[in-house]
Amino acid sequence: MSSIRVNPETLSVLDRPNSYIGKTVPRPNLERLLQGRATYVSDMELPRMAHVVFLRSPYAHAKILKIDATAAKQMPGVVAIVTGKELSAVITPWVGVLSHLKGLKSAPQSALAIDRVCWQGEAVAAIVATSRATAEDAAEHVAVEYEELEAVTDMRTALDPGTPVIHASLGDNLAFERIHDAGAVDKAFAEADAVVEADFIFGRHTGVTLEPRSVVADWNAAETRLTIYQGTQAPHMVQNIAALHLGLRESQVRVVCKDVGGSFGIKVHIYADEMATYALSKLLRRPVKFVADRVESFNTDIHARDHRCKGKIGVKRDGTITAFEIDDLTGIGPYSMYPRTSAIEANQVVNLVGGPYTSKNYRARARVVFQNKNVMCQYRAVGHPIACSVTEGLVDLAAMKIGMDPVEIRRRNLIKDDAYPCGSPSGLRFEQLSHHASLSKIVEMMDYQALRAEQVTLRKKGIHRGIGIASFIEVTNPSAAFYGVGGAKISSQDGVAVRLDAQGSVICQTSITEQGQGSESLTAQIVGSVLGVSMDRVRVVLGDTDMTPYGGGTWASRGAGIGGEAALQATKILRKNILDVAAVILQSTPADLDIANNAVVNVSDGAPRIELNELARIVYFRPDTLPPGTRPELMATKHFVPREYPFAFTNGVQAAWVEVDTDTGFVKLLKHWVVEDCGTIINPQLVDEQIRGGVVQGLGAALFEKCIYDERGQLTNANMADYLVPMSGEMPDIDVGHVVSPTRESELGAKGAGEAGTAGAAAAVSNAVNDALQPFGAIITEIPLTPQVILTALGRI
Amino acid sequence: MKASAFAYARATSVANALELLASHGERARVLSGGQSLIPAMNLRLVSPELIVDIGELKELRGIAVKGETLVIGALTRHADLLKSSDIVKCAPLLAAAVAHVAHPAIRNRGTIGGSLAQADPASELPACMLALGATIVVRGPGGERRIAAAEFFTGIYETKLAPQDLLVAVELPVARKGSAHFFQEFARRHGDYAIVGLAAQAVLQGDGFADLRLGYFAVGDRPVLAKAAGKLTGVAITPALLAEASAALSDELDPHEDQQATPAMRRHLAKVLLSRCVSTLLNRPDIHRGASA
Repeated sequence: MSSIRVNPETLSVLDRPNSYIGKTVPRPNLERLLQGRATYVSDMELPRMAHVVFLRSPYAHAKILKIDATAAKQMPGVVAIVTGKELSAVITPWVGVLSHLKGLKSAPQSALAIDRVCWQGEAVAAIVATSRATAEDAAEHVAVEYEELEAVTDMRTALDPGTPVIHASLGDNLAFERIHDAGAVDKAFAEADAVVEADFIFGRHTGVTLEPRSVVADWNAAETRLTIYQGTQAPHMVQNIAALHLGLRESQVRVVCKDVGGSFGIKVHIYADEMATYALSKLLRRPVKFVADRVESFNTDIHARDHRCKGKIGVKRDGTITAFEIDDLTGIGPYSMYPRTSAIEANQVVNLVGGPYTSKNYRARARVVFQNKNVMCQYRAVGHPIACSVTEGLVDLAAMKIGMDPVEIRRRNLIKDDAYPCGSPSGLRFEQLSHHASLSKIVEMMDYQALRAEQVTLRKKGIHRGIGIASFIEVTNPSAAFYGVGGAKISSQDGVAVRLDAQGSVICQTSITEQGQGSESLTAQIVGSVLGVSMDRVRVVLGDTDMTPYGGGTWASRGAGIGGEAALQATKILRKNILDVAAVILQSTPADLDIANNAVVNVSDGAPRIELNELARIVYFRPDTLPPGTRPELMATKHFVPREYPFAFTNGVQAAWVEVDTDTGFVKLLKHWVVEDCGTIINPQLVDEQIRGGVVQGLGAALFEKCIYDERGQLTNANMADYLVPMSGEMPDIDVGHVVSPTRESELGAKGAGEAGTAGAAAAVSNAVNDALQPFGAIITEIPLTPQVILTALGRI
Repeated sequence: MKASAFAYARATSVANALELLASHGERARVLSGGQSLIPAMNLRLVSPELIVDIGELKELRGIAVKGETLVIGALTRHADLLKSSDIVKCAPLLAAAVAHVAHPAIRNRGTIGGSLAQADPASELPACMLALGATIVVRGPGGERRIAAAEFFTGIYETKLAPQDLLVAVELPVARKGSAHFFQEFARRHGDYAIVGLAAQAVLQGDGFADLRLGYFAVGDRPVLAKAAGKLTGVAITPALLAEASAALSDELDPHEDQQATPAMRRHLAKVLLSRCVSTLLNRPDIHRGASA
């Protein structure tokens, strides 16, 4: 592992003896999860709790003429059947726009559809009953009369004059458009020796969390307080929005997030059915549970990607890239999601294309259109796979055109490692990236030259293997620039409170959340290391708006970098406070004392002076024995948000080695490599597994995953048999390497690692497949790379 | 989703199961391994009034070799087929095929009778029954009937089974000396239903085939015993002859379109399988290369 460290002459708090930083230690929550003692929302049972089932529209676009629930209401066990109009008495609609995305527009969305449905799966009525099965029985007896309307399904014709406008009040189906022009693009293309163009197509897909979206909402009329138990990534955001639309103060809403079975960005949004569940609890004055089933998950969990992007690259014979140009189009369903909006992905595509390279000439247009399909929004590595596939696809096509090796063209164009800080033509600011160190490392890890030789040998035997390389940048540690500046009440800072309890254990309350990525572990590692106590003494509390500091939660690869730094700073204060009182007790000075192995020790010889439990006993139970005026403070709180850079960019490179069966169109993934630079690594195993998990999600996009809609807007593969998620049997070994360039914005130096794997995996595989198919002259710029797509490109069918 | 309410009866004997089926007719469904029925019920695609659970009928479980016949009880689980030395010895094609049936958890519950009665045209075992010349043993109100596999499958999820019938066993001829088999399927992921698959049973003679039975699956509404095999038996195999058989195969298949493949792609893959099958069974890599070039 090569490392570029800031201030190497001083020992940081992370380098203390017995530090857990940079070590693979088991997660504190492992036993709970493995013994089946985790608490998911679906495990919760409250007294008088009812279950809600949503009757969902079978049409992509239709008027609701009549809802007749008379028969269903008479069925035993049915508590209530509520329509959109009825529910609107307790909850207001919302519009998913942000002011910094200029021109973004959307229409008001209600918790339950009123008068009209705009996608297949939109909820039109809530059936509340004493059990889920009873509610499903009753749902079959609710008669809804629809008048089907023409559905807008093809994003390519959404803006045509002949296409119906989904929301008449908006005037057209254009939700958002961004145009960007930097440098002298026309001149750069004119000066290029070759210009290559391609149309890139990306399938619509979704996150498929193991645990579906789930809510228990409990309105306590006596306290006039709503408690929401929900598997969410952002409890304080949910609190703010639930309060806003239910006419409550934030203090009247508590959001509790216990264990969560995967999120991937699916659980960071406000969904209409979840809002309806909060409102139903208030309306019916009793707890209401909603657990999405798998079919509902496919039809209503946000979808993502689904872009068509024209790309153009100019290149000189010496490999210099002169310019990039893109024209991106995406369809987002009938509403921009709330509150993060559905324009972020296209906006990210514009931001990120060409990002790793030195070329300053860049022109882009992105258009985001409405359509009658499920809503789209941010999912793991928002926009990155699109931007990376387009950029890296174009770079490979350029290399092919001028007959240059794909590694060589990248060496000649990636921003030099000593060129930082610097900016991109789209306006991004890079603090410190390591493209060249990463590329060199991956070339060595994969033994690039040997693979090339093997490829040549095998081709003679009719075996077609390919190598694909994809350099990438990744947005992590977002400041307020992401959402806050646009008016969203989504915290970009996170807070940690840490206290020494009476027996020398540590309770740490953090505003970041845990959905499986290891937030609990990294927090305990930081607290234990900085304080000098063993991890088993650190208990981490998260996911409760009553119990934790205010903060953003875990999304956009921000948990470790932002929440981790808050933990570090809070623990430093606690450590200082402990040493201050220890010095008083021991008649020493704080500078001569340290904490190690759960005891205060001498700095000079490491000899233990007083156990922390003894110190805590004195402070809590015998403060009378301390000198007058000594007022120990054994709890400390700190918040952190990056201020200097809007985002901490990370970088990396991925490589894929694949074999294409040119008779059948099947692709076999033989091996995958990643080198990434997330700055300080807190837990190498967690980082590596985040990378691998991300890669697998990217490989799913490359080969398997796609929400298939028909021309009437029906999702035709909303089940686990037909929507193909990547499975272990098809996954290659994934080798992960690291380059470490810590961010100077924080003492911890950590950047995010959660999305890097997803960012570049599909690009690497696409490039590898095209490399394998070179002898056939076939170029494919569409994912998923299904056998049908490949056989068609090869002219076999 | 949750299944709608249903009554449940655990059959105590085959006779008892038949009585229950006779009295409830189409409103009853037989539960064996439950790997197709239970998901369909949970999705409310089917809502039977009565479930007749035959899981405890031990007489329907087990594998026995009786002279030249291999008898497999309907309740024999896929996992048991995979482990059975009798299957490996007497019907190795079946052993090869079962490894492709879904995943271990499903193979631990799913049964051969359930798979054949379900008659999913993309599943492996019906095609194996065709290739192996199996007899399906059925008991109904009128007593026992023995139906040739070639007659048994009548359409997508449709068979000669009446609602009152119970599939009790399958009988397979024990593999002859000189016989060989080939099994391959193209599925997007391990354990998925195939896009196209081939279960082939052959008797080798000299450089060619004395007999060749090609059981294709996922190429239409039911498994297909390809007539094109006739062109390849009793003759010396040449690339030209294989091409002729391949063309005949293409003409004879009438594949469906779904999300995985167009009919053209299914025809293409079926031909690839034919070529791979012939070249593998005869150990003639030259034939396959010639066909796919």
